[in-house]
Amino acid sequence: MTAAAEAVPGSNLAARIAAWRETARTLAGNRAALAGVVIVLVLALMALMAPLLAPADPDVQNLAQRLAPPSAHHLLGTDELGRDILSRILFGSRATLAVVAAIGLSVPAAGLAIGCLAGMSGGFVDLVLMRTADVFLAFPRLILALALVAAMGPGLSHALIAIGLAAWPPYARLARAETLALRGRDFIAAARLGGASPARILVHHIAPLCLPSLVVRASLDMAGVILTAAGLGFLGLGVAPPTAEWGAMIAAGRRFVLEQWWVAAAPGVAIAVATLGFNLLGEGLRDVLDPRQR
Amino acid sequence: MRLPLALLSLAAKAALTLFGLLLVTFLIARVVPIDPVLAVVGDRASSETYAHARAEMGLDRPVAVQFGRYVAMLTTGDLGESALTHEPVTADIARFFPATLELATAATLVGLALGVPMGVAAAARHNRWPDHALRVLSLFGYSVPVFWLGLMALVLFYADLGWAAGPGRIDPWLDDVVPAHTGLLLVDGALAGNGAVLKSALRHLALPAFVLGYYSLAYISRMTRSLMLEQLGQEYIAVARAKGLSETRVLWRHALGNVLVPLATVVTIAYAQLLEGSVLTETVFAWPGLGRYITGSLLSLDMNAVMGGTVVVGLVFIVLNLLVEGVYRRLDPRTR
Repeated sequence: MTAAAEAVPGSNLAARIAAWRETARTLAGNRAALAGVVIVLVLALMALMAPLLAPADPDVQNLAQRLAPPSAHHLLGTDELGRDILSRILFGSRATLAVVAAIGLSVPAAGLAIGCLAGMSGGFVDLVLMRTADVFLAFPRLILALALVAAMGPGLSHALIAIGLAAWPPYARLARAETLALRGRDFIAAARLGGASPARILVHHIAPLCLPSLVVRASLDMAGVILTAAGLGFLGLGVAPPTAEWGAMIAAGRRFVLEQWWVAAAPGVAIAVATLGFNLLGEGLRDVLDPRQR
Repeated sequence: MRLPLALLSLAAKAALTLFGLLLVTFLIARVVPIDPVLAVVGDRASSETYAHARAEMGLDRPVAVQFGRYVAMLTTGDLGESALTHEPVTADIARFFPATLELATAATLVGLALGVPMGVAAAARHNRWPDHALRVLSLFGYSVPVFWLGLMALVLFYADLGWAAGPGRIDPWLDDVVPAHTGLLLVDGALAGNGAVLKSALRHLALPAFVLGYYSLAYISRMTRSLMLEQLGQEYIAVARAKGLSETRVLWRHALGNVLVPLATVVTIAYAQLLEGSVLTETVFAWPGLGRYITGSLLSLDMNAVMGGTVVVGLVFIVLNLLVEGVYRRLDPRTR
């Protein structure tokens, strides 16, 4: 025990900063989690700086150079329209991260709201919300997303809605379970006696305590979201061409895979590495934030 | 008295979920941007023909009535007619489903046969190299997209090495050689005693089954490992070791015997997850199963087929979940 760890924080803010530092330190001590953090950061940098990093314009076609093998000029070769694959992979990270960011922020928040509401209200509201969650859980995620995208038409925003609709129930269940466990605690009773309204109790006392488990779930879930989005792209239901998207790149490379395997191989590696990053990060966060789930 | 009541509530829950499933698929089919009437009568139909067809399809009625008719149709096993094949969707699904069943079952067997021993080995050598190796293997399985792994497997094992057969379920010249009793080529081939069919079907099945089975393996082995670790820390294991039982007996009889019930749940969940993975795998391997039927119909906006396929998959999902919740829990005397 160092002196710093034993020192009593002087304020709420100091306590919070200390808690964050503790989390960061434990995370840094876990090599696998650290690798996950690095991968995710590199991915974010790739997406932000794609125009600076890419050796060529990802959309410029050069039919004379189509399906060229990897060379000094095109490090990962070119695709069926002579576009530089490395550049398309760099730009493709934007589509992937856009999906992760949009789903990762909105779906857990919606799940938190629904789950807390169900857990706090109980009775009929709880019944309706949870049975609705059951219905959406009764579909395999990709099949529901497929049917929804088919109905609405392909495109990034439709794919996002479809993935989101398929992804929220586990979060709602988790938040509800946490709410039920917290609801009867003494500090909630104390807050109620202190005159706090149910809404205030929900927002200030219960929701913040549900957050850690939701964060863990979300970071593990992002790996699955990347794979679902890539699967939709592979089936031609994701981002509209010619925008670079890894799943769609594999689908395009599929036609030449027996002769020019590198066209499909490279974007697959990109998907795997991105997914691996979120898996490692999620497992690391789980160990740090939510030791119960270990 | 508690048992039937619990079963009853479980059945009610499943029925409610099924109703919700139908409602969602119905609503999805309703928001399709194409006009189903136009798809039937064509662009040049007169307004009378159009109105007639619309009334015949029941689309002039209120939505609630339409939904009622949809459910009533489903209870008679009628999923409508496919706009693409002009056959009843039920007949189409009956043709495509066995292929998925065969693939998913083979994949689960692969995952089970390799995953359980691996999980046991990792738990027995906790935090040593078999444990680490398994962690890497399963992490890889959670991260690699199945359609990509399938493509790469085709390049390596079919095109380069020639160990496995290419896409499809069977060599084209052996198609429809044996009578389709079950639709499962391995079973039909064996029933007819046709070795060529059996061999070709097996050669085609191996690669997709191993690719898909790898994902089951990743999940089953991880779960076996943690279930086993839980058991190995208990006192009865120490007693078994203290009285001099061999380690093999301790691991495989005592510890594994006690995780069989939760393991059955794990395998069922893995089986259900395969339904999802099979959509993409079937596309890669040109496997004529339900997943490919759904995606194929989807790209041509054949909504009856898409909805029918989705309902069937959802139904299988519900049944598997019911199995997990209703049956296995009761197998375990501790939860009774």
